Amino acid sequence: MSTLVLIELNSDQVSANTRAAVTAAKLLSNKVDALILTNNSNYAKSVSSIDGIDTVKLITDDSLEHVSSEVASKLVSDVMDGYQYLVAGSSTFSKNILPRVGALLDVQPISDVCEIKSSNTFVRPLYAGNIMATVESIDPTIILTVRSTSFEHAPDGGSAPIEQLTVDIPKSNSSFVEIQESKSERPELTTAERIVSGGRGLGSKENFELIEKLADKLSAAVGASRAAVDAGFISNDYQVGQTGKVVAPKIYIAVGISGAIQHLAGMKDSQVIVAINNDPDAPMCRMADLVWQVDLFEAIDDMLKH
Amino acid sequence: MKIIIPIKRVLDPFTQARIDKQTQSVDLTNSKMAMNPFCEIAVEEALKIQESGHATETIAVSIGADKTIDTLRNALAMGVDRAIFVRTETELNLQPLTLGKILSAIIKKEGADLVIMGKQAVDNDNNQTGQMLSGLLDYSIGTFISKFKLSEDNNSVEVCREIDTGIETRNLKLPAIVTVDLRLNEPRYASLPNIMKARSKPLETVELSSLDIDTSPRVKVLGVEESGSKDRAAKQINSANELFEELKQLGAM
Ligand SMILES: Cc1cc2nc3c(=O)[nH]c(=O)nc-3n(C[C@H](O)[C@H](O)[C@H](O)COP(=O)(O)OP(=O)(O)OC[C@H]3O[C@@H](n4cnc5c(N)ncnc54)[C@H](O)[C@@H]3O)c2cc1C
Ligand SMILES: Nc1ncnc2c1ncn2[C@@H]1O[C@H](COP(=O)(O)O)[C@@H](O)[C@H]1O
Repeated sequence: MSTLVLIELNSDQVSANTRAAVTAAKLLSNKVDALILTNNSNYAKSVSSIDGIDTVKLITDDSLEHVSSEVASKLVSDVMDGYQYLVAGSSTFSKNILPRVGALLDVQPISDVCEIKSSNTFVRPLYAGNIMATVESIDPTIILTVRSTSFEHAPDGGSAPIEQLTVDIPKSNSSFVEIQESKSERPELTTAERIVSGGRGLGSKENFELIEKLADKLSAAVGASRAAVDAGFISNDYQVGQTGKVVAPKIYIAVGISGAIQHLAGMKDSQVIVAINNDPDAPMCRMADLVWQVDLFEAIDDMLKH
Repeated sequence: MKIIIPIKRVLDPFTQARIDKQTQSVDLTNSKMAMNPFCEIAVEEALKIQESGHATETIAVSIGADKTIDTLRNALAMGVDRAIFVRTETELNLQPLTLGKILSAIIKKEGADLVIMGKQAVDNDNNQTGQMLSGLLDYSIGTFISKFKLSEDNNSVEVCREIDTGIETRNLKLPAIVTVDLRLNEPRYASLPNIMKARSKPLETVELSSLDIDTSPRVKVLGVEESGSKDRAAKQINSANELFEELKQLGAM
């Protein structure tokens, strides 16, 4: 049995969810190869040093810097010959590509796997994580995306050989125009040990800066509810929830967030949850470890002074 | 240009899903059902495109058992021109690969160049159908979009995609499929007169069995359970001092 892991790079860094995918892959088979689609062959080095990878397969081309789903899915499905599994981390990167690979290989992929029960049986969430389903794949090839909060992140320590693949890069009917990336010095949301998350209760973009100040004081990452993102307090990549990011930090401080099902879906596995809210009946208060019923501005002020 | 909008009927997103122990499946009897919120946004976008003069016809398609008609009527009341109901004998749990094959059969027959659909269905949370359909049809695909702008000549579309690292802008040649994210637009409500009007709009029923598509599931559901959240103390605190002390005690700080 052998597994191909599709690598997601954030410039030259291997993403945390890719490291989770490598761990999941090792549970499935003892031969794990990695596939990188990139414009820069130097990026293969950081991948070859991940512990547990046998061979790094590298496809380089200038056009692969912002690869389309159309091109990536064709390249991946061609490389899949001989592999029983294709695994990647749950992220917008792989969710854009893997289902299309599934269509090309006539396979039904399984999204957001949280647990591997056997070689073909997996646990995944439904209904915003309120239901867990145990599912069995009967496809000869199995395609999975795995939750980065459910699997250890494979550490460095390996030195896999790098094999350059020579392939024709198909032409794409879609082209890259630009990317607006939010750059931040703060810890990355999905791997942070502490998160301070703000909701509609903050009231304005200016007030939301208090969340950022508090996060800096606690060396925490910043998160947000959908209402906060919709209101323009902060950009979309900070949204936590069913349709945002899934996090499981040691401490999650929810400030002015009511705790709708869709928000809880993204953070309910946090180790300690703190609710700061003036409404004791907010669902977030019912599911927190620590509840501070207070005007949030007073609470933030007190914490910043501390 | 024709626009096809595949829509799904789901448990109302603000209703807690419960399991029926007997059938080992999610209990939907007497539950409040709704159009998948992402599909409402897809319908809204199609209507806007039509109102701007870029589309000649908008067609909603839904696959499911008899009650699915309600959701299609809803789309007609919002303003789409007609609906196609692909009827399944029972509530089948159709998977994205199968849905993709069914939708691709319909799209080929209708000859649509633009398909607008939800990025995910809030019941199964698969986030796959649009991408798979694009692979089956070999159409361009733009996922998780929060902006959509057709070129003057209707040959291409510029989309903004909400991705984990920010917002990516891409240009897609038609024929294309886009899957929509929440911030694309604010869906309209159906007015009473439009609800009345919807009753006389064309709604064609296609029997799934007539399409000659293998619907046997590739992924079998062996069991479902409610994921009980961790029991939490909900301990009241009253100051930053107390908060940080408690966090230390809990070993979190
Ligand atoms: C299909 C779908 C997908 C969704 N996906 C997501 C998702 O991924 N993530 C997400 O977060 N949401 C998501 N939502 C939206 C979700 O349903 C809620 O609308 C949203 O989470 C509410 O955000 P909020 O808690 O910030 O706002 P509100 O619900 O308005 O809550 C604000 C809270 O702040 C408190 N407050 C106000 N002022 C103060 C003050 N001065 N001091 C103290 N407390 C105060 C209030 O008591 C209240 O509890 C989704 C919805 C749908 C339909
Ligand atoms: N039964 C269905 N009938 C029509 N369209 C569907 C159906 N199921 C899913 N879709 C479409 O596929 C999108 C994504 O669903 P999913 O891949 O299941 O998360 C939905 O938002 C719909 O646009």
